[in-house]
Amino acid sequence: MTTTSSNRIVINTTINGEPIEFLADMRDSLLEALRERIGLRGAKEGCNNGNCGACSVMLNGRLVNSCCVMAAEIEGAEVTTIEGVASAEGLHPVQQAFLEEAALQCGICTPGFIVATKALLDEHPHPTEEEARFWLAGNLCRCTGYDKIIRAVLSAADTMAK
Amino acid sequence: MQALKYARAASVDEAVKMLREGGPTARVLAGGTDVIVQARERRRQIELFVDIKHIDEVMSMRMEPRGLTIGAGVPLYKIYGDAQIARHYAALAESTRVIGGTAIQGRATIGGNLANASPAADSIPALFVLGAVATVAGPNGRREVPATQFCTGPGVNVLLTGEFIVSIFFPALPAHTGTAWERFIPRNEMDIAVTNAAAMLTMNGETVTEARIALGAVAPRTLYVEAAAAALAGKPLTDASIAAAAVAARDAATPIDDMRGSIKQRKHLSGVLVERTIRRAAERARA
Repeated sequence: MTTTSSNRIVINTTINGEPIEFLADMRDSLLEALRERIGLRGAKEGCNNGNCGACSVMLNGRLVNSCCVMAAEIEGAEVTTIEGVASAEGLHPVQQAFLEEAALQCGICTPGFIVATKALLDEHPHPTEEEARFWLAGNLCRCTGYDKIIRAVLSAADTMAK
Repeated sequence: MQALKYARAASVDEAVKMLREGGPTARVLAGGTDVIVQARERRRQIELFVDIKHIDEVMSMRMEPRGLTIGAGVPLYKIYGDAQIARHYAALAESTRVIGGTAIQGRATIGGNLANASPAADSIPALFVLGAVATVAGPNGRREVPATQFCTGPGVNVLLTGEFIVSIFFPALPAHTGTAWERFIPRNEMDIAVTNAAAMLTMNGETVTEARIALGAVAPRTLYVEAAAAALAGKPLTDASIAAAAVAARDAATPIDDMRGSIKQRKHLSGVLVERTIRRAAERARA
């Protein structure tokens, strides 16, 4: 991390497996840096205070709200965003399940839900419905399509177990 | 976001130095789930964040015969996910498991929960009954502050300019001791307590030898309810003694009416939650 002027910094980090260097303002949140400095606009700004989960990303292997992380904190860290979930071969089973179960309406919460769901299934491959709902309680869907989302989560778990 | 700078401290001494140079508008940054939002919404004037998450002592957790030490920067998921903590400090595991959602728990800390000094903070009643003591570092060296004396009112605490919490110590509990924590919220998760409570009981057969009771969200700061503990200590645990403790808890509560609950509801909940935590703590003490 290099400070270039009073409040500009060069950040070296790894995003979606790729090393990257970018210029940020020290006051940037990780969400702002992803969207405005790096051009990864999959993580969404919903509440900007840690309540809605629309900005969910993985930071060093842990699910976090990127609006509640300072960009400067990711120096030397590893970040995975929704853009890093699919592989070159195609969609991740969680993405496929959200499509097949039509688990989205307006779509604003969807990237956050998919990142959070992948984190759930990586840690608990066979969640009960209650466990899935508890894990995802920090992700809000203002269209209130929760039942379809939970169906997609459980369906993805089944697919990934095969 | 207000204009601010970010610095990373590699040691407690370096953090103290950075905070001293930063003056009253410098703040430590651990989980950031409260303080980043407060800076963004300009609820606190902050010109420097000193990130303490690269200090080993701040990030470590240690279980020893004399007790448990949790660094102030250890995220909640590591606390409730620890089998030893869940077994020996159940009230701490129960409270940290339901602070925020999964993404908050990936970052938020008990050091931050205590320093933020919300009257409704979920971990603080657990810290009270577990006898937790915060180790604070600052320009005048280190000092220890019992959790019960840490918060002085809503959003304010005993920390002097330049001081921060390094770790929190939980003494080993005597044999035949059980603890429990509960809260009431109108939904199942992701909400701020209408009322919360914690209990610790040490039993000798059916007699309670020591009791501690704490209540949150019913006063400007978490309450250590001596009268409720006195209703139990030195007596056999009976429905009557538990009811007396519940009455003492209701009497001690001085809640406000707000969007989360009424005075009447919070006083009622104080009794209910104290009764429930006593019964569960007793079950664990007997086990």
